[in-house]
Amino acid sequence: MSEIKKFLYVNRKAPYGTIYALESLEVVLIGAAFDQDVSLAFLDDGVFQLLKKQDTAGIGVKNFSPTFRALGDYDVTKFYVEQESLTERGLTADDLMDITYEDEDDDYEEKPSIRVVNRDEMAAIMGDQDVVLSF
Amino acid sequence: MSTLHTVNKSPFATTTLASCLNHALEGDAILLIEDGVYGGVVGTELAKALAAAKGVSLYVLSGDLTARGIDTARLVKGMKPIDYAGFVALATEHDRAQAWL
Repeated sequence: MSEIKKFLYVNRKAPYGTIYALESLEVVLIGAAFDQDVSLAFLDDGVFQLLKKQDTAGIGVKNFSPTFRALGDYDVTKFYVEQESLTERGLTADDLMDITYEDEDDDYEEKPSIRVVNRDEMAAIMGDQDVVLSF
Repeated sequence: MSTLHTVNKSPFATTTLASCLNHALEGDAILLIEDGVYGGVVGTELAKALAAAKGVSLYVLSGDLTARGIDTARLVKGMKPIDYAGFVALATEHDRAQAWL
């Protein structure tokens, strides 16, 4: 068995206006097959990716936001969201989707995947990784 | 003579909306489209600048707003959601269109 590395996917772009957000999600799904220690970071405009009630019927592109809720089944359970980025955009944690995972080490109890952290904590999380992939 | 300004970038990622606001004249219209719609939400520093734009009509493309999960109730006061037909109508009502990219 090879060594498990800490992977951080850094999401800093809004969805739909550019392809970055969707591409990040695609790579996370591919990477999930490799049994690594995966975390997702959402800061700057990346926090917009997690907003509730996205409905893209009017612009003819795929609404990929529900896919975030499926990531728990692939052991992607750490969504770090930066508080300052929310505040600067007039948002709170209540504006974000309910994303949960079942904790297999705790009788499969359903737990929230989203963890709101401050900027200093986000910096520390970034500094604690083996691999950082930016989108 | 008036101009329809369109803004398609997030105001938090670029200075596009700020620059547009700095150059819009009385009688002009500003239409937020694509990632530009994030600029229409209350509770930000930019929202104050938008509210202070005198004599400029503010519009947002509703399809782009709904796609991004933003309720029209969160828009700054006086900003009107319009559909694609409304976009076309705005284009015909103004003498020119200027895209802020």
